[in-house]
Amino acid sequence: MDQGTQKKSRYGMLIDLDRCNGCGACMVACAVEHNVAPAEHKATARTGVTWLRVAPMSNGGEFPATDTIYVPMPCQQCEKDTPCVAVCPQNAVDVDPATGIVGQVPQRCLGCRYCMTACPYHARYFDWWDPQWPKGMEQALNPDVAPRMRGVVEKCNFCHARLHTARTKAAAEGRESINPADYVPACVEVCPSKAIVFGDLEDATSELAQAVKHPHVFRFLEKLGTESKVYYRSDKQWVLDKAKSLQTV
Amino acid sequence: MDKQFIPRGLRRTTFGKFMAWMIPWILVLGFGLYAIYLCLAEGLFHTNMDNRFAFGLWIYLDLTVIALGAGAFFTGFLLYILRREEARAVINSAVVLGLICYSGAVAVLMVDVGQPLRAWFTFWHPNTHSMLTEVTFCLTAYLTVLLIEYVPIVLKNRKLRQIPRFLVFEFQLHKIMPVLAGVGTFLSFFHQGSLGGLYGVLQGRPFAFREALGIWPSTFFLFVLSAAAAGPSFVLVMTALVQGISKKKLVKPEVLQFLGRISGSLLLVYILVKAIDTLVWMNYTSPMVGFSAFEFYNAGSFGTWILVLEVVVLGLVPALLLVNGHMRARPLVLLGAALMTCCGVMLNRFVMTIQTLALPTLPFDAVLSYMPSWEEVATFVAVLAYGVLLYSLSFRYLTLFPQEKDIRQS
Repeated sequence: MDQGTQKKSRYGMLIDLDRCNGCGACMVACAVEHNVAPAEHKATARTGVTWLRVAPMSNGGEFPATDTIYVPMPCQQCEKDTPCVAVCPQNAVDVDPATGIVGQVPQRCLGCRYCMTACPYHARYFDWWDPQWPKGMEQALNPDVAPRMRGVVEKCNFCHARLHTARTKAAAEGRESINPADYVPACVEVCPSKAIVFGDLEDATSELAQAVKHPHVFRFLEKLGTESKVYYRSDKQWVLDKAKSLQTV
Repeated sequence: MDKQFIPRGLRRTTFGKFMAWMIPWILVLGFGLYAIYLCLAEGLFHTNMDNRFAFGLWIYLDLTVIALGAGAFFTGFLLYILRREEARAVINSAVVLGLICYSGAVAVLMVDVGQPLRAWFTFWHPNTHSMLTEVTFCLTAYLTVLLIEYVPIVLKNRKLRQIPRFLVFEFQLHKIMPVLAGVGTFLSFFHQGSLGGLYGVLQGRPFAFREALGIWPSTFFLFVLSAAAAGPSFVLVMTALVQGISKKKLVKPEVLQFLGRISGSLLLVYILVKAIDTLVWMNYTSPMVGFSAFEFYNAGSFGTWILVLEVVVLGLVPALLLVNGHMRARPLVLLGAALMTCCGVMLNRFVMTIQTLALPTLPFDAVLSYMPSWEEVATFVAVLAYGVLLYSLSFRYLTLFPQEKDIRQS
């Protein structure tokens, strides 16, 4: 259905950290959308599969000066020298030149985890267990997304299945381009505080392209030069300082 | 009962004693195979690796044994390419050690990956930009070379020599040995380097990332040099160990001193290049991406002591001891310095694999810790047991040290 979109896009995201309250609805919506199996009882925060991880970041101050924000961290969709793409030995990771989305092919993945080692954002997840759903729950699986097997790496792809659906709809209606309203990732759709803006960075008129121009917008690990397409915004000075200083805790 | 298989002129222990030595190792191997079965059949959740510590003990083991196994290619290079006859006294032993190291590493890699049955995908859909592709290609090719180099050693067994076809085959194989040594050196050069490049290219891991020289990061050349330096030392240490366990003199002292001298000279060059590389990284590469080099050394328990230990205590000190003729002439100093050289390279591989992953990159991350599970340790120990078993069998039934017979008769 690639004929549905002729124009080159660069999909991106802006997450307003001052709006995010860390509720985790985006994580749940993401897991449901992508058929992520319920976590094994032995799974930990470091072995579970969460295509979108919400991590707390604190200013490290003493009470009452302490402050904490929550950072949703999906795949940052790096554009330049994408760290995971170059390292994969069998081309199971690629960047779609038509959309800028970094894709993962689980059916080709060897499970060597070199891409996870290469990713500075820790946004890649390995299937340590066989995916298993409680009896009956498999009937609620999303038919547009293939579940992954044990022993492969998976990650956020900006709900690529929704892009396919939007393209199919556009083609059926005789349009060359998709309607931006038809392609909204699950995390964006579900966020109760509207903290995430999604759109096409190539489209100068889009809300996203306008919003990323704000001086309080930044990207994590910008100096690494990966040109990620997930932007963050905060009006809190300590957040801006911390994100730019790269000081680790 | 197995006397007709033991090479003529060599004295070996009784079959009963030999089996008493082998059985505990067979049990250890069996235990490790059970752990491997759990990981393959049920999944890698049996390990303590996770999404953040995606590489663990096994990758460390792979990088270490392959560095130490470089003794095989370097001894072959010394003997067949540089025509240094001193190396003939240990070439067979070095080939067996290399075979053990490389086959052990490949076996562990097969357990380490999530979908081992897809290993052939790397040959079918290769990403030519990936260092891991280069490692896979060269490792597979060099393991094949080592197997071919091992065959004539096996065919020299006094019982097998009675079969005329084997004798002819062995003679023909010997004729192509210099070619195999050349191919082995070429392949080893690339995969040792690519293993270093594996980490050096990680722009997302500023602790490991290094400047490129041509298309390769500096770690490519550092790994080649360090492996070439550690290889002869490992052969030296193993020869001394086998002499100690078997209570037999297997090579003349000059051979060990020769290995020590080669190892020391290469180690000195390596330490010089490593020092330059570290200074460039501290003052240019790391600050360029926003990290102060000492920030890494202040994180967790990884102080600057680890750098001093690696470069000075286990690098410069053994290098100076090994290049000094008087010091080298003392057997204990020679052995100690060779052992320190091996430990230095093992520490370097630890720093590259474990410390790199432990250090945080994001501003809200903390230093990570990782402790291998019993299944990971058992797999590690199984490789050790496999090595002991294959080497013991080779030592008993094959001629690993050609000088042994002459030394015994004299």
